[in-house]
Amino acid sequence: MQSILSLSQVSKTYDSGHKALDHVDLEIGRGEIFALLGPNGAGKTTLISIICGIVTPSTGTILVDGHDAIRQPREARSRIGLVPQELSVDMFETVMATVRFSRGLFGRAPNQAVLDQVLKDLSLWDKRNAKIMELSGGMKRRVLIAKALAHEPDILFLDEPTAGVDVSLRRDMWKLIGKLRERGVTIILTTHYIEEAEEMADRVGVINKGQLLLVEEKNALMQKLGKREMDLSLVEPLGAVPPELAEWQLTLVDEGHRLRYTFDAQAERTGIPSLLRKLSDLGITFKDLDTSKSSLEDIFVDLVERRESSNEGAAA
Amino acid sequence: MTGLNRHGIWAIYKFEMARTMRTFWQSIATPVITTSLYFIVFGGAIGSRIDTIGDVNYGSFLVPGLIMLSLLTQSIANASIGIYFPKFTGTVFELLSAPISALEMVIGFVGAAATKSVVIGLIILVTSALFVPLRIDHPLAMIAFLLLTSITFSMFGFIIGIWAKGFEQLNIVPALLVTPLTFLGGAFYSVDMLPQPWRTVSLFNPVVYLVSGFRWSFFGQGDVSIGLSLGVTAAFLVLCLGLIVAIFRTGYRLKN
Repeated sequence: MQSILSLSQVSKTYDSGHKALDHVDLEIGRGEIFALLGPNGAGKTTLISIICGIVTPSTGTILVDGHDAIRQPREARSRIGLVPQELSVDMFETVMATVRFSRGLFGRAPNQAVLDQVLKDLSLWDKRNAKIMELSGGMKRRVLIAKALAHEPDILFLDEPTAGVDVSLRRDMWKLIGKLRERGVTIILTTHYIEEAEEMADRVGVINKGQLLLVEEKNALMQKLGKREMDLSLVEPLGAVPPELAEWQLTLVDEGHRLRYTFDAQAERTGIPSLLRKLSDLGITFKDLDTSKSSLEDIFVDLVERRESSNEGAAA
Repeated sequence: MTGLNRHGIWAIYKFEMARTMRTFWQSIATPVITTSLYFIVFGGAIGSRIDTIGDVNYGSFLVPGLIMLSLLTQSIANASIGIYFPKFTGTVFELLSAPISALEMVIGFVGAAATKSVVIGLIILVTSALFVPLRIDHPLAMIAFLLLTSITFSMFGFIIGIWAKGFEQLNIVPALLVTPLTFLGGAFYSVDMLPQPWRTVSLFNPVVYLVSGFRWSFFGQGDVSIGLSLGVTAAFLVLCLGLIVAIFRTGYRLKN
């Protein structure tokens, strides 16, 4: 993987004493979509702000396409576009004027064709002469994305891109991200909507309390940590799990109508064939069988909780 | 991209000028009306009893002081709100994340604020010509002072805008410091007219040097020498520039 962004030992302690980031190392490959997951206050926005030059890191180095973000800010920053979480826009400007401003601010020569295309891609073309204050919240979000793309960045940061956004805009956003990836733009997004990461990301990083807990290929992560469940819909409801089935640690759900078996998808022996055999020996019949994977969300909650309880264990 | 980010400077300059143009009439009307009032009250009502200062009629004597008064207040107000407003609305994130140096940002913001001040200064000059006879002995020096003062005090305003944490702080420096210094800076009188020790105290007021130098460019006479006036103004410019560089280097009130 050729990396376009490289963080090493990045820490940030605010003046208040709050430690927002704790020795973060991260490599982002060119052209990939990376999702940074974490609860509120985990350090996601701080991490992005440091890379973009809005917050000064306490320690550590950041290389953007080989340029040190602190020592060569001009080279580093001209490659980056940032869509912030807050809807911070100039209310009195028109859409076209604000997008043109952004392109100039980032040092690019005027190019009306690029700006036109950006506005069209974001369904803002009809609103190009409207004042930003007249736009809805979702439209303002699009304007922020257009501003970030106006200087044709190589890396795009999206901080909580779909927070408080309706379904159609979220779909549009995903489509746009797909288009940008085809053009080779590297995308880093933070979210606490797991489905967003699941839908789009190539790799996922989980951050909590300023520490990057893990970075993994999304599919590998889901496989590695994923638990699977098998539900059997019974013909006759059961009052209790028969003692003969104790070794599978089954649970009864839906008032005894369904028997649930949770297993590790990666294990060599899942125990399913023997379970089914045992059930037929016992004369328990079922009309339907359903298996499901745990979602990234389950994995995430599980990971964060496990880390917290192990920390408490270490402290005690 | 190397060298100067001229597209960035131009973008900020245009943005700030667009902000001024949105409120063009009130930006222009206010100083014109205020200046006219000053002429009526000080020039007409009071000035008729003063006659001349040196060999200059009092009404004409007021002109450089009144222009200076507007330059100072307009430069500070314009530049301070220019940088304070993005901080207030949150759009400052874009400025901070852009590949633009402190110097380039200052050229954009201060350039626009100073442009507006110069335009207002010239408008007042034209307005005052309607009320009193005017002569300008040293037009080049007059333009130089106009530019230098506008730039310097726009930088000062820029610093106030970064420092201010709220709208009331934005007004406190102009109200508590700049207005008194201007009124005591010889805008309406010659420092020679003050009794001692106030005449000596006045020499510590930087505005005295601005007004004096500017008045010299009109009538060839001032309270202090033209060289000293230029020197003090230039020194204040360098001081403001130094402060701004320090602000961006440390990220003071801009970054965490």
